[in-house]
Amino acid sequence: MFDPVGVPAETILDITWLLIGICGAIGVVMFCLIGFAIVRCRRPEGDDREPPQVYGSNPIELAWTVVPLMIVFVLFMVSARGIFELERTSPSEGATELTVTGHRWWWEFDYGDLGIVTAGELHVPIDEGGVADLYLTLKSADVAHSFWVPQLGPKMDVIPDRVNHLWLQANRPGTFVGQCAEYCGNQHANMLITVVVEPREDFEAWVRNQQQDAAADTTVAAGKRLFLRTACINCHTVRGTVANGTFAPDLTHLMSRSTIGSGAIANTPENLREWVWDPQNIKPGCDMPSMKLSRSEVDLVCAYLETLR
Amino acid sequence: MSALQPPAAAGPVPFLSRLHEWVATVDHKKLGTMYIVCGIIYLIVAGLEATMMRWQLAWSGMEVLTPAEFNRLFTMHGTTMVFFVGMPILLGSANYLVPLMIGARDLAFPRLNAFSFWLFFFGSLLLYFSYFGGQGLYGMGSAPDVGWFAYAPLTERTFSRGHSTDYWILGIFVAGIGSTATAVNFIATILGMRCRGMSLMKMPLLAWIMLVDCVLILVALPPLAAAQILLLFDRQLGAHFFDTQAGGSALLWQNLFWFFGHPEVYILILPGFAFVTEIIPVFSRKVIFGYPLMVAATVAIGFISVGVWVHHMFVVGLSPMLNAIFMGSTMLVGVPTGIKMFNWVATMIGGRIRFDTPMLYATGFLCQFLLGGLTGIFLATVPFDWQVSDSYFVVGHFHYVLFGGLVFAIFAAVYYWFPKVSGRMMNETLGKWQFWLLVIGFNITFGAMHVSGFLGMPRRVYTYHADRGWDFWNLLTSLGVIVQILGFSLFALNLVHSLFRGRKAGDDPWDAWTLEWSTTSPPPPHNFDEDPIVHSRRPLWDLKHPDDPDWKYE
Repeated sequence: MFDPVGVPAETILDITWLLIGICGAIGVVMFCLIGFAIVRCRRPEGDDREPPQVYGSNPIELAWTVVPLMIVFVLFMVSARGIFELERTSPSEGATELTVTGHRWWWEFDYGDLGIVTAGELHVPIDEGGVADLYLTLKSADVAHSFWVPQLGPKMDVIPDRVNHLWLQANRPGTFVGQCAEYCGNQHANMLITVVVEPREDFEAWVRNQQQDAAADTTVAAGKRLFLRTACINCHTVRGTVANGTFAPDLTHLMSRSTIGSGAIANTPENLREWVWDPQNIKPGCDMPSMKLSRSEVDLVCAYLETLR
Repeated sequence: MSALQPPAAAGPVPFLSRLHEWVATVDHKKLGTMYIVCGIIYLIVAGLEATMMRWQLAWSGMEVLTPAEFNRLFTMHGTTMVFFVGMPILLGSANYLVPLMIGARDLAFPRLNAFSFWLFFFGSLLLYFSYFGGQGLYGMGSAPDVGWFAYAPLTERTFSRGHSTDYWILGIFVAGIGSTATAVNFIATILGMRCRGMSLMKMPLLAWIMLVDCVLILVALPPLAAAQILLLFDRQLGAHFFDTQAGGSALLWQNLFWFFGHPEVYILILPGFAFVTEIIPVFSRKVIFGYPLMVAATVAIGFISVGVWVHHMFVVGLSPMLNAIFMGSTMLVGVPTGIKMFNWVATMIGGRIRFDTPMLYATGFLCQFLLGGLTGIFLATVPFDWQVSDSYFVVGHFHYVLFGGLVFAIFAAVYYWFPKVSGRMMNETLGKWQFWLLVIGFNITFGAMHVSGFLGMPRRVYTYHADRGWDFWNLLTSLGVIVQILGFSLFALNLVHSLFRGRKAGDDPWDAWTLEWSTTSPPPPHNFDEDPIVHSRRPLWDLKHPDDPDWKYE
């Protein structure tokens, strides 16, 4: 959070510095008083006399009631302004709007009008010298989650039967990582979010690719047959085939993503094979079972999956 | 009265008789001791649970525990620490001390008191029985793995199979009935059984704070019990209060739980305040600074603390106005807490401080609670909270309050009142070594957590990737645990050693001023041979300084 890349995160960091200043000052004053008492008010060795008994002092006590009240008032006013600035109920102009659905344990990103549904990794365009605004509509498919990418702004809980909104912003291209911040069960730890902020032409190329149906490469027909014959298709969608499950991430453009299992491991050919062999070794407790394929069958399926670019 | 004394020639009491004496007792001192012993045992259990978690998290990608085991551990750690360490130690110390300090024979309802203890005891066993009986028919899980605040709908049957969550509900529900009954008991005792001359404004501050504490228990625990029963209806009778798939509300649980949960943390910390409020004056050799304001601050904390619970829900997407209101109330609770800090320090300044072990811990409490309080102001600030809520920063913050604050205050209390309870002093050298080990270990562990939170590490994750840059801070956190374990071991050693070999304490080893030090150590079953009569807030000061008694100035 100390490396903010947009107005929401920067506003929070500014408030944080203010807090560090005020609370730091209070802390220094208190520690000085305590230190003074420890160093200067010890009982001299062998001196058993009792010190003068002071029962209290109204003016002094009034002072340390009123001064904190005034500090609280100032802090309250500054922070309240921050709340009203950052909590938005409508998107700003030019913002990328998408619907985020939290699942156990992965994120679904639906770009609405663009007709793109993807998982774990979302892409946002940014113009030269401009900023990338992101306006999210947050929903949950099962339990409570929380969407948190610290560098882009605040987090927001994702709660079933409730629609939340979140405004995030990036002022430079880059890849920003966050993750689910509300405990949601077994694999809460492996529910990562990757936000790729990229120049507009790269984004448009990504969109064009994502909008296409799955590639049909005849050299991997055997793997495709095996994939469609196995229970994979009950949960996964590969557009352009009969696979239309919605319980698990859309695999139409699997290879365009940098991770497998919502950030559990990097998306490399070896990792993909290990994942299909038995996901429970990598993300124990996740909802995807081992399909009990032989090693050669796994190779066939993965050869097919690797064509889904 | 010689007829009541055991015959001189009687041999050692057989074990079964002694056991029966403890099991069937209604004596507030025995019950208090049993509460505290149970609390310390569960402290060790929950501490070991935390140690396992820190082992798993010491470095990225460790595989010491499976995710399911890890999730059970943090659920049990939190639940145990709050309900079966904090609560029994606070109820136990109140049990032991309040009647002695207000010059009463026992609590108002001794048998209800015993009943409450056994409810607590068996409630805690119910929770831990889940490790054996939680599997249910489905072979799903053993201990609960839903987190100590058990957010709906993760606790619904759909997501939490087996019976572990049911054990969690029942264990806490049963113990909660006990706590509520004890609260009634204390309110009746403190309001109705003070000795002659002790008006409310002449009570020791410990009794005042416990009174406010018990009112808070009475306000806060029933909503939790209600919420748990609704959840039990959902799980066992097919109701849909929190079942979002059938129109139930996830937020309803959060509201009900935190309406209990926030006062609860004040219920836990207030006894810590009570201990240091008694200890600091005695070791500074100076009367507490601003007694009436201390009472007012306690009552203010009690009132404000029932109106701050939404600060646990700043990230659920409530309206800006609602967030701002609860930010204001949360910041406001810092004011009476700050008043207490100032008054404690003002008591020390101008005193002649003896740094015996209890005072060391009380000073440690002041410094560490101060830090926890300051990060509390950070978290009250909504925009900041949006960033670090549910991160390790929060974990660091509340451990500064509950460990650096409450546990240090508890150690201060143990070292201070152990001579009264056992008749023997605890070892000062071991106590000081333990203090410094705990201070170092504690600050390494929980100081580092603030940094991991700033770096974006959410709480309750069983693992993390190396590329996130969290390894160093987590390693530091875990290494601190080793130092703490050394400290806790010294405490155990000291406790056992002093119980049998400690120096004889006498009635009043600290030259203190409240009534419990006027009777023998340990006190007789009837507490006082004669009903005490008090004229001021420091009855023993009046006795020791007849030329300069307190009642002239109050």
